Amino acid sequence: MYDVIIIGAGAVGCAAARELSRYELRGCVIDKNYDVCEGTSKANSGIIHAGYDAEPGSVMAKMNLAGSSMMDALAEELDFPFRRNGSLVVCRREEDRCRVQELLERGKKNGVSGLRIVEQDELRAMEPNISDSALCALYAPTAGIVCPISMTIAFAENAAENGMKFMTGTEVLDIQKENNTFTVKTDRGVLETRAVVSAAGIRSDYFHNRMNSGRIHITPRRGEYILLDKTCGGHVKHTIFPLPTSLGKGMLTAPTVHGNLLIGPTADDTEDREGTNVRREGLDYLKSRAGENVKDLPLDQMITSFAGLRAHEDGHDFLIGESQETPGFFEAAGIESPGLTASPAIGREIAEMISEKYGFRRKKNFKSVRKGIVKPLEMTEAERQALILSDPAYGTIICRCNTVSEGEIRDAVQRPLGATTLDGVKRRTWAGMGRCQAGFCTPRIMDILAEQRGLALTDITKCGPGSELTAGRLKDSL
Amino acid sequence: MENRQLTCIGCPMGCQIEVGMQDGKILSVQGFSCKRGEAYARKEVTHPERMVTTSVPVSGGTMRMVSVKTTGEVPKEKVRDCVRALKGITVKAPVYIGDIVADNLAGTGVSAAATRNVERND
Amino acid sequence: MYDYDLIVIGGGPAGLAAAISAYENGIRRMLILERDRELGGILNQCIHNGFGLHTFKEELTGPEYAARYVRRVYELGIEIWTDTMVLDISTDKTVTAVNRKRGIVRLSAKTVILAMGCRERPRGALGIPGFRPAGIYTAGTAQRLVNMDGVMPGREVVILGSGDIGLIMARRLTLEGALVKVVAELLPYSGGLKRNIVQCLDDYGIPLQLSHTVVDIRGRKRVEGVTIAEVDDKLKPVPGTEKDYACDTLLLSVGLIPENELSKSAGVELSRATKGPVVDESLETSVQGIFACGNVLHVHDLVDNVSEEAAYAGRSAARYAAGVSAGARSQKVAIKAGPHVRYTVPSFVDPERADEALTIRFRVTDVLTNCSVKVLFDGVPVKTYKKRVAAPGEMEEVKIIREAFLAYPGLAEITVMIETEA
Repeated sequence: MYDVIIIGAGAVGCAAARELSRYELRGCVIDKNYDVCEGTSKANSGIIHAGYDAEPGSVMAKMNLAGSSMMDALAEELDFPFRRNGSLVVCRREEDRCRVQELLERGKKNGVSGLRIVEQDELRAMEPNISDSALCALYAPTAGIVCPISMTIAFAENAAENGMKFMTGTEVLDIQKENNTFTVKTDRGVLETRAVVSAAGIRSDYFHNRMNSGRIHITPRRGEYILLDKTCGGHVKHTIFPLPTSLGKGMLTAPTVHGNLLIGPTADDTEDREGTNVRREGLDYLKSRAGENVKDLPLDQMITSFAGLRAHEDGHDFLIGESQETPGFFEAAGIESPGLTASPAIGREIAEMISEKYGFRRKKNFKSVRKGIVKPLEMTEAERQALILSDPAYGTIICRCNTVSEGEIRDAVQRPLGATTLDGVKRRTWAGMGRCQAGFCTPRIMDILAEQRGLALTDITKCGPGSELTAGRLKDSL
Repeated sequence: MENRQLTCIGCPMGCQIEVGMQDGKILSVQGFSCKRGEAYARKEVTHPERMVTTSVPVSGGTMRMVSVKTTGEVPKEKVRDCVRALKGITVKAPVYIGDIVADNLAGTGVSAAATRNVERND
Repeated sequence: MYDYDLIVIGGGPAGLAAAISAYENGIRRMLILERDRELGGILNQCIHNGFGLHTFKEELTGPEYAARYVRRVYELGIEIWTDTMVLDISTDKTVTAVNRKRGIVRLSAKTVILAMGCRERPRGALGIPGFRPAGIYTAGTAQRLVNMDGVMPGREVVILGSGDIGLIMARRLTLEGALVKVVAELLPYSGGLKRNIVQCLDDYGIPLQLSHTVVDIRGRKRVEGVTIAEVDDKLKPVPGTEKDYACDTLLLSVGLIPENELSKSAGVELSRATKGPVVDESLETSVQGIFACGNVLHVHDLVDNVSEEAAYAGRSAARYAAGVSAGARSQKVAIKAGPHVRYTVPSFVDPERADEALTIRFRVTDVLTNCSVKVLFDGVPVKTYKKRVAAPGEMEEVKIIREAFLAYPGLAEITVMIETEA
C-alpha cells in the first residue's frame, strides 16, 4: 500500500516525485516506457521561458514565473546544465510593433523582470546573424536554455535516492477509488495507494476523465525539430522567437546547452497519441521558414531531426490541483509550453498540497544535493588525469563525437535508475548524440551494457523490449 | 548465336566482356583487358565459380570472431551451402592466417581458412 | 627538442603505409596513435576479397591486407599506442591524446601525418521522415556488428545507397541468413564498383532500384517497414510512386565524410569539395609539417591507392623532418577541376619541388562514356587520353612528368577536365 503513486515519469512527474521525497511517505512513480523521460519531456525546445507569453492571471503564467525563479538553485543543487542566455522576440514589420508592445505589457503584468524592446542597432550588435528584415525585438534577459532530459533525470535520481520507487515499463490501465483507497491497475499488477498524482502528459485527459465528470480533452500537438552540428552552436547567442500565434510561440532558433543549434518546433495537431514521427511536411516547413528571423543558417549541418507531442488541452491552461469530486486524485494536466519551465513549481505545488492534506512529516535526512555523472571534459586537466589514473575506464573514449569515456557510460549504468538500454546511456551521457549519430559508438555501448548488466549482446535494446538492436547471431537462421 | 554480356569481377576495373555462344559452346570472347578477364568470362558462362568469405566465432580469444575465406573458388550454386557448412563451428584461439577452420565445405573439396590472427586471451 | 619526429594519427591502411614509408625514408622517432584495440583500421571489418591486386599482385581480404602492413610495422619496431584517442592537434603540432595507461598526454611532434579515415553520413543528416526505431544502421556500423561482434542487425533488410559498403553488406547479410529485399539508389547510377553489383546483387537476385529513395520509416520501437519512392531529375520524390516494403532493418550507405575535426583544430584548411585538407604535391596541408593521406584526405575506392598515397605522404614527412623541403613555397601552381571533374588532389603544385612524376587523383561529376581526359597548362592541352567509361564512384588518376613542368616556365594554372563526345 503506497501513500502516493505518480503516473508519468516526465519533468512534472519527476519534479513532483523529488519534492514528495522530502517527506516521510511511501511513494512510487509509474511510467509505461522503460526509462524515465521518454515522453514529451525528451522532445521539446529545452527553453526556460521568461513568462511574457502566458495569459496574465492564468495558472500557466503563475507556474512559469515560479518555475523560472527556481532554476538557478535547482541546477546547482541537482547538477544539470542550465543558463540564462536571454530571448528575443523578433518583429519584422512596422505594423507588428504593437504586438511586441503587447507582449512587453503582458510580461510586466506577469512579473517578468528586465523586459525591454531593443531597436535595430542594438539588436544587430546582440545578434549579428539576425535577419536583415528584423526591425526590433522584445528582449527578455531572464529566459534560459536547459537540457530537459538531464533535468528530468536529475529529479528522478534524487527522488530515487531519497526513497521514491520507480516502476518503468509499466502501463497504468485504470484507476478506481473505493472508500479512501485508490486501486491502480497496471499491465503488471495492481497497486493500492492513498493518493494519485496524474502527470501523464498526453494521457492526462484519460485519467482526469476517469476521476471527474467534467471532461477535458487533450489534442496531441506534434512539434518537429531540426538539430544542427555543434559547429553551428554559436550562430545565435539568444533564443530567437517569432511573434506568437494562436498555435503557440512558433519556430525558434536557439543554442542548446550541449552546443548545438536547435530549430523548431512546428505545430501540427494530430489524433495519433504516439505520433512522434517527423513528417516530410514538417521538415520542409522548418527548412523553408527557418531563415525568416535568422540569416545564413547552415541547414546542411543538420545532424538529426525529432518530434515530440505537446499535451494541448482545449482550454489552453494548466489544470493543477486536487479533484473536488474525487479527493486524493491530484493532477497536472494539459502541460504544454511553458510546462518544462513550470515543472519544478508544479512539482512543489503538488507536493505541498499532498503533504498538507495527509500531514506527512519532512524527512530529517533528505539528500537535497545530487551529483550528476562525472564529466572529465569539465574538469581541470590535473583532475582529469587523477581520475583516469584512479579509474582507467575514463581513459577510453567511446563516443568520439562528444568525447564520452567508458567511465561515464559505466557510471550511467550503475547509478540509481541506471541505464538499461542504448537510449538510456545516450540520455545520461550524451554519447551517440553527436554528428555521427551513434554510428561509431553503438557496438561499443552495447558491449558495455551487456557486460555491466550480465546480458548477451543480442539482448540489448534501444529503449526496452520490442526495440532489440539485433536479431540473433550469424547463421542462426541458416 | 547468343551474345552474353558480362561484367568481369576479376579486379575492380569491371571490364564489360561479351561472349558469343552457340549450343553451349564459346565462339568468341571480347572486351577483356587481361588474361584473368578472359579466363573469368569463359568460366562464368560455363561453370561460374566464386570465392566465399564469412566469419566464425572464436572461443578464448582476444577477438570474438575470425574472418575466413575459401581456399579456392566454389561453384556459384554452392556458395550458400558452404556458408551453412560453417554453422555451429567455433574456433579455439589462437588462430592464424591460413589455418584451416573446416575442410571440404559442402562436398566441394574446398576448405575455409582464417584470414586474420586471433591470439589467446590470457 | 620534439618528443617525436613524426606522429601518425590513425593506424589503419593509410597510417600504417605512411609510417612504414617514413621509416624507410629515414625517420626513426615516430609514433602511431590508434583509437581501436588493434591496428588495421576499417580493413579489420572488411572481410571480403578484393584488396591488394595492385600492391601484392594477389587478391586478399581486408584483414589479410592489413596484416601485411601490421607485420612490417612490428618488424621495424615502430612505436604504437592502441586504445588511444587523439583529442586535439594544435597549430604547433602538439598532439593531445588520452588512454587508460597514461591518462592525458601532450606530445610535441616535428611532423604529423593525418590518417584518421572517414565516417558515415547518418539518417539524421539525410532527413528521412518517419519514426526513430531500432534497426536503422549505417552500413559500416552493421558491418562491424556482423564481422567483429558476430550479431545480425536484423532479418529483413532494405538498403539505401548502392555504394560499395551497401553492396557488400547486401551479400554479407544474405549469406548469413537475412533477406535483403531491395537496394535503393538516389542517383540514376550506382556509386559502387561494377563487380560488386554482379557478385553482391545479381548473384543473389537482389533488385537495384536506381533513382529511388526512402521517404518514410515505420515502426516505433523497431523498424516495421519503409516506403520507397521514385525521384525526379532534381532528386525529389515523385508523389504517387511510393511503394511500401515490410522490413525490420534499414541500412544506409549514403555517403562517407572525411573525419577532419582534428584537422580543423590544427588550423588546417579544408576543401569544400572533398571535405578533406587542401594539399600540395607533397600532400602537405596548409600547416607546415602536417601531411594528410587516405580517406581523411579524400574518400578512396581502392585500398591500393590509399597505400600508394600514404607511402608518398610518409616520404614527404621524412624529407620535411630531415629539413630537406621545409620552408615557404616559391611557386604555387593551382590545379583546378575543369568541366565534369568534381575535385583534384592535390590542389596545387610547386613544379620545382615536384618529383619525377606528379600523380593527380580526381573524380568525375557524372557517368561519362567515350570521353577524353585532358590536362591543360594555362589552357593549353598537354596530355589527353581516352576513356571508355568514367564514373563518380571510381577514382581516376593522371600522372604528369617533371619534364612537362620544366617545359612550361611561368605556369600559373593546371586544369583537369573531361571532354565528352557530345
